[in-house]
Parts: sequence; C-alpha cells; structure tokens
Amino acid sequence: MREKEIAKLKDYKYGFATDIESIKAPKGLNKEIIKFISEAKKEPKWMLDWRMKAYERLKNLKEPNWQKPKYPKIDYQDIYYYSAPKSVSEKPKNLDELDPKLLETYKKLGIPLQEQQRLNGIAVDAVFDSVSVATTFKDKLNDVGVIFCSISEAIQKHPGLVKKYIGSVIPLTDHYFATLNSAVFTDGSFVYIPPGVKCPMELSTYFRINASQTGQFERTLIIADKGSYVSYLEGCTAPMRDENQLHAANVELVALDDAEIKYSTVQNWYPGDKDGKGGIYNFVTKRGLCKGVNSKISWTQVETGSAITWKYPSCVLKGDNSSGEFYSIAITNNHQKADTGTKMIHLGKNTKSKIISKGISAGFSDMTYRGLVDISLKAKNSRNYTQCDSLLMGNKCGAHTVPYIKNKNSESNIAHEATTSKISEDQLHYCQQRGLNPEEAVGLIVNGFCKEVLQQLPMEFAVEAQKLVGISLEGSVG
Amino acid sequence: MEEQLKIDFEKLLENSNFSKKNVEIKRKSFNNFIEKGFPNRRQENWKFSDLNQIISKNIKNLSFYNDLSKPNKIDQSIFIDSLEHNKIVFINGRIEKIEFDYEEKNKIEILDDLVLEKPNNNNNSLIFLNNAFVCKYFKLIVKKNYSLKKPLFIYNITNKDLVSKSINLKVDVLLEENSYLKLVELSNDKSVTNFININYNFDVQKNSILKNYKIDNNSNSNIKYYFNNINQDTNSVVEVFLLSSGSEFIKNEINCCLNGKYASAFVNGVFILNKSKHHEIKTNINHLAEYTKSYQLIKGVLEDNSKAVYQGKIFVNSKAQKTDGYQLSKAILLNDNTEFNTKPELEIYADDVKCSHGSASGNLNENLIFYLQTRGLNYQEAKKLLINGFLLDVVEKITDSEIKKLIKNIMSLKQ
Repeated sequence: MREKEIAKLKDYKYGFATDIESIKAPKGLNKEIIKFISEAKKEPKWMLDWRMKAYERLKNLKEPNWQKPKYPKIDYQDIYYYSAPKSVSEKPKNLDELDPKLLETYKKLGIPLQEQQRLNGIAVDAVFDSVSVATTFKDKLNDVGVIFCSISEAIQKHPGLVKKYIGSVIPLTDHYFATLNSAVFTDGSFVYIPPGVKCPMELSTYFRINASQTGQFERTLIIADKGSYVSYLEGCTAPMRDENQLHAANVELVALDDAEIKYSTVQNWYPGDKDGKGGIYNFVTKRGLCKGVNSKISWTQVETGSAITWKYPSCVLKGDNSSGEFYSIAITNNHQKADTGTKMIHLGKNTKSKIISKGISAGFSDMTYRGLVDISLKAKNSRNYTQCDSLLMGNKCGAHTVPYIKNKNSESNIAHEATTSKISEDQLHYCQQRGLNPEEAVGLIVNGFCKEVLQQLPMEFAVEAQKLVGISLEGSVG
Repeated sequence: MEEQLKIDFEKLLENSNFSKKNVEIKRKSFNNFIEKGFPNRRQENWKFSDLNQIISKNIKNLSFYNDLSKPNKIDQSIFIDSLEHNKIVFINGRIEKIEFDYEEKNKIEILDDLVLEKPNNNNNSLIFLNNAFVCKYFKLIVKKNYSLKKPLFIYNITNKDLVSKSINLKVDVLLEENSYLKLVELSNDKSVTNFININYNFDVQKNSILKNYKIDNNSNSNIKYYFNNINQDTNSVVEVFLLSSGSEFIKNEINCCLNGKYASAFVNGVFILNKSKHHEIKTNINHLAEYTKSYQLIKGVLEDNSKAVYQGKIFVNSKAQKTDGYQLSKAILLNDNTEFNTKPELEIYADDVKCSHGSASGNLNENLIFYLQTRGLNYQEAKKLLINGFLLDVVEKITDSEIKKLIKNIMSLKQ
C-alpha cells in the first residue's frame, strides 16, 4: 500500500496532503455563507453588498458551455466555500508565530518562507486554501511604498484603492465563474505600486489547495500606478485526491500611464491520475487593463497541471500606444484537457499585441488554443502578431486551434500563423546519434520548441518550468 | 414571418403534386425550420453574419411561395459566347433549359423529382427550409469513365418580376468512377431583395475530377446562401473557386469530406466588395482517410462599408495520418469602415500530419505604392496594379486555362 502511495507521489510530487486542523464554513452556496465569509474577513459593509449583488446576479446566470472540454455537472451546493487553517484564524504578526506544520508544507513545496525572509530575492504571499497565511519582505517593500498583502488585509487597510479598482476590469456583470468568484472569493493578493516606482524584487504568490471538497476562489488585484513596474509570479499546487476540485480565480491587472506589469504563472495543480480520475478544474478569469497611455501588460504562463484548464488571460488595450503580450506553453498528458489562449482587445491608437502560444499534447489529452484579436474602429495604426504552434505526441491526443480575428480598421495590421506537427524522426535520430536516449532527445526538442516562451519567465521560474516540462511529458514517449 | 411561412407552405403543397413520401418529409423539415428559425449570431457558425437580422433588415414581406407554372423567356444575351459549353438554365428558380449539345447523350443522365432525403440530425435550419420549399430536386449523373468534352454552365437567373421571394434549389451531382466534370455557375440577377437558398450535393467517386467555379459578379440586392456538400472517394480531386462579389449578402458554405485515400481538395476564393456588401465563405474540410490533402487560399479586397468573413476549418480524424492541410487568408482593407473577420480553425487528432494556417489583414503597403510611383505610375494606378497582383495570385490557381481566361475577363484582371 505504502509503496503504491510512494509510486503515486513520484508522478506528482506535490500530491501530499497536510494534516492540519481547519475551520470550514458549512457546505453550500447561499446568502449565509457569503455573510460568513465576509464576517470571517471582517469586511466593511460595502464589500458584503458587492458580494450580495454578485450572488443575486449569479442566480439567473447559466454556466457557459461552448468550450471544448466538457465536464460533469458541478454541484455548487456540495463545495466548501471557506476553509482556513485553524492556527491562522488570528493572523500571525510574523513568521515565527506561524504554525510549524504550515511552514513545513511550504518547505516541502520548495518555498521555504523563513529562509526567504533572510535571503534576498522574492517576496512571497502564501495562500493556503482560503486564506493568505504569510507574506514575506513586507518591511522592505514598505520602504519604497509598495503595498503587497492579502486582499482581505487590503480591504481593511486600503479600502479606497480596493473600492476604486475591484471589478473595474472584471465587472460583476461578467460570465458565470467570474461572478461566482465575485460572490464568494476568499483571499488572494493585492499589489499596489506607487507612481514612478520600480518594484525592487519579484513578487510571488503561492496557492495551495489542501482541504478536500473545497473550492479555491482567490481574487488578485494588481495596480501599477503611473510610470511604475512590477513583475509578479504565481504558482499553484494541490494534493492528490480522487474527486475533482474547482478553482475559479479572478485576476485583475490595471496599468496606468507608462506602467508595466509582467505576470507569470506556473500552474501545476494536480492533473488527476493516469486514468483521468480526480484533478483540479481550473476555470480562471484573468484580465488586464492597459488603462493609461504607453502602458504594457505581459502574461506568461506555463500550464502543466489541472484536469481541465479553461482560461484566457486577456489584455484590454485602452490607452494609446499601450501594448499587450501573451506567451504560453500548455502541456497536456494522460487525460488532461486544456482550452486556453488569450484575448487582445485593441481600443486605443497605436496599440500593439503579440501572442506566442505553444501547445504540446500527449497521451489521451486534448488541447485547444482559442484566442481573439479584436481591432476596433478607433484603434488606428495598431498591430498584432500571433503565432501558435502545436506538437502532437501519439495519435490518441488532439490539438486544436480556434483563433477569432476581427479587423475593423484599415490602418491596422494583423498577422496570424499556426502549425501543427509531430517531432520529426530526423531530429530524434540526430539527437540519438549524439548519445541521448529517446526520452532525453524528446525533452531537448520540446525545450527548444518552448524556448521562446521560457525565455520570458524570470530566472528562478524558468529553471523550475523547464524541469516541469520534462516531468509532464515523462512516459509519453515510446 | 411564421404566419406567412405556414400559409405559403400550405399553398405550395396544394399547388404541386408531390409524392406522399415527399410531402411527409417536407412537413417534417418545415416543422424543424419553424422550430429553429433563421440562424442568428448566437450560433457559432453564424457568429459574424447574423442572417436573421440581415433578412429582416433588407427584405420586407418575404414570401416563400413561387408560382412556377409559367415559363420565362430566356434572354440570350446573358450567355457567355466566348467559349463553347453545355447549359442548364434556371430562371426565377424554374428550370428552363437543359442542353448538352456537345456530349454523348447516354453518358449523362438527369433525374428530376427525386424522393427527398430525410433530414438528418443537422443544426443547419436553412437545409430544412430548402427541403421544405424546394419544388424539383435534380440529380445530374456523369457515367463511369466519361469526361465531359465541354464545361457545363449553370445559369442562375432572376428577373425583375421577382421581389421579396425565397427561392430554394437543390441539385445533386454524381460523378461516377473515372469521370470528369467542369462546372461553372454563373448568376445574373435583375431582381431585388430575394432570399436565394441553394443546396448542392456532390458525390465524387474514385479517380474522378470535379472542377467547380462559382461566380457571383453582377451587383444586386439579393441575400444568398449556398451550401455545398462534397464527398470524395479515393484518389479524387476537387477544385473549387469562388468569386464572391455581386450580391448584397452571400454565404458560401463548403463542407468537404475526404473519405478515400489520396483524395485532395482545393478551395480558393476571392472577395471583391464595395458599398455595404457583406460576404462570407465558410469551409469545413474533413480529412477522414490517410494521405489526403487540402489547400485553401482566400483573398479579399474591401472598400466602402463592406464586410468579409472567412471561417475555415481543417478537421483531421485520428485515422487520417500523413494529412497535408494548408490554409491562408489575406485581406486588404481600403477604407476605414471595412471589416474583415476570420476564424481559421484546426482540429487535429492524428499526429503524423502537416497542418498550418495563416491569416493577415491590413492596408496596402505604402512603400510598394511609393516604389511604383517612382517608376512613373500615379497613385491610383499604383494601387490598382498592386490589387491586381494580389488577386491574380488566387486566379492563377485555376487549373483550367479556358475558364481561367474567362474569369480574368470577368474580373477585368490584367496579366
């Protein structure tokens, strides 16, 4: 039995569950639960009203069903919407007060919060189930005026900022999962970079779903004020469980004049076992608004986990001369399914966007790139370049490309390219001739295929992502 | 509109003598259409062209019953006389002439009044509409081992008498083994604001070749929908060329199934649009067998307030290894109010394939215009030359030289 467990863990090394006491709100979705969440977070009334508005709207909404990967009906009444480790019901003042079990968990995940406190590097906000448990490097960030904390804390301490920007990119009136999130979101990160500040370090959030039968509904809000710059990283893991868990996050980015936000994700939720049992449903809404002139938002994502990934990080290019970028690697193996891509909505003059998407499917998996490039009448002289390449390994998997391209402007240029192929025998043969075994050869070729995107990641993440690419494809050759 | 539809449908059944079986199928199709209605933008297939809206905007008091009892006079002047050809002439939806002067009589067979096929489980409501209102259902059969000596022209003519009507035609073409057909469809419309719904069904058997050229060139205010279903057997070749230019709205839908090994399909199209025209080409190429090949090239030149849509899909079944699929769409937008929407789609389940698509749209390259101006052309001439070259690229893909010449003439392209 134990051996079996270990063998399982080998496939997904983050698959362990931490035995930690947690406080859960009762199962189900209703007004009481929303009140409970709001109270637990000590939220002001306007926030509760906002949640209630979302909930009222949700009642009349239907889940979208145009996506390629179909999933069994989710019973929204059978999910815990709030789960928090008991030991952090009163938020610890510093890391020394944190439950050692939690610290241990994050250490196992490769994010030793304490060490990072001492080393220079990345400021981390760790979110465990529904609450943010620790944020490192607070003082240093405070010195330059950067606010980096959990969103619950921000609602209490910086209500002006939150009130102004929350829902400004993903409004209450959005699609089903976004509205669900607006009603029941529990925690997430909040970042505010004051005018003219270049954030001195990478900011990072680590999300972990631990408790079973819970959904994670985090909300992240990043605001880059005039002339500022921030690079933000996000990582996610979950224990291995037989059931499917729902993850429906909302991420909103706002870039004002001359500001730049770089948002990187390495998504490695539990993908389910070899037969497609269990795994996370990753239905995330990510949207960035280039509100000011010359602003820039860049999304980079490495998607290797989740049973079903369904997300489209988007850029609304509203400010003149603003630009949006999207770099993505999506890898599906076994029975994983992904329907991912981006939306670039050009509204301002001289706006630019670039999309590089690399999809790799193996095993019985199915991968879809779905994207929208929409150049409106007013977006004079705007440009888009899209490239999406897919690699197929085996004839049981599928790779699909569904780009929507709308050009309403004669002064704009759009170019789109897509290819689908398999790894050529010639390349494999060449690598093997040079002494690599078939698996290494595939790894090398795949890494080359993904290089354009991997290069966009911050250094620390790039190494991890490269390894992840290799691990995700293990066993798919030969 | 529903009331009108019901009245017209009963009128049609009353005034025609359909077989019992056909009446039954027609009723079923009719009910199916009533249930679904005209397609609107909520359907993925019609996302960029809301037919329901287009019809209600352009056609007032659309009626569906057409009295086809009286023959129409054929205006000889619309026939192409620069090349010899066989003719089938439809006027206002009524067949007026079938003429195969150049062919061996026993090698070609035309059946009419066939039993309609039961509508299969299809989401396309316009096929049901067609089934319900079509009067005569034709089938053209080209016998085994026969190659037509001259191309066949189908003239689709509507005259002034036709106003706010719906015309439904259904034609099947069967190419038996080893046969060869060049089919040119020409439309000539003097009528105003009609809805024309034409269904083609091509069955291309082993080693056969079909070349289909669809020309919609003269300006008119009709709304048209062409649905072409093509089934291809082993080693068959289909070439389709679409000139999409004249009508107020036209949607050409091509659904091609490559069922046999080594089958290949070539679909090329040109949009030349001005005013408020709105045209769409939708292709659906299904690779269902090994070593199949498809090639699509669509180009558009848009002026004034016109709008062009291209939705192209390449589907590759897991059995269809060694598939070669290619698709390219390009458009030049000459005015600010023009719009070009594309959705080039790949759906692939086999690994040993070569599939790619590309799409680009934008204005003419000012540098190129400048270059030509330095060579002594004025701005307009330079523009014209560049557009000429841009479109010629597609027309040159036509493999039949006679017809290529004809189409170049129609499009007034220079060599």
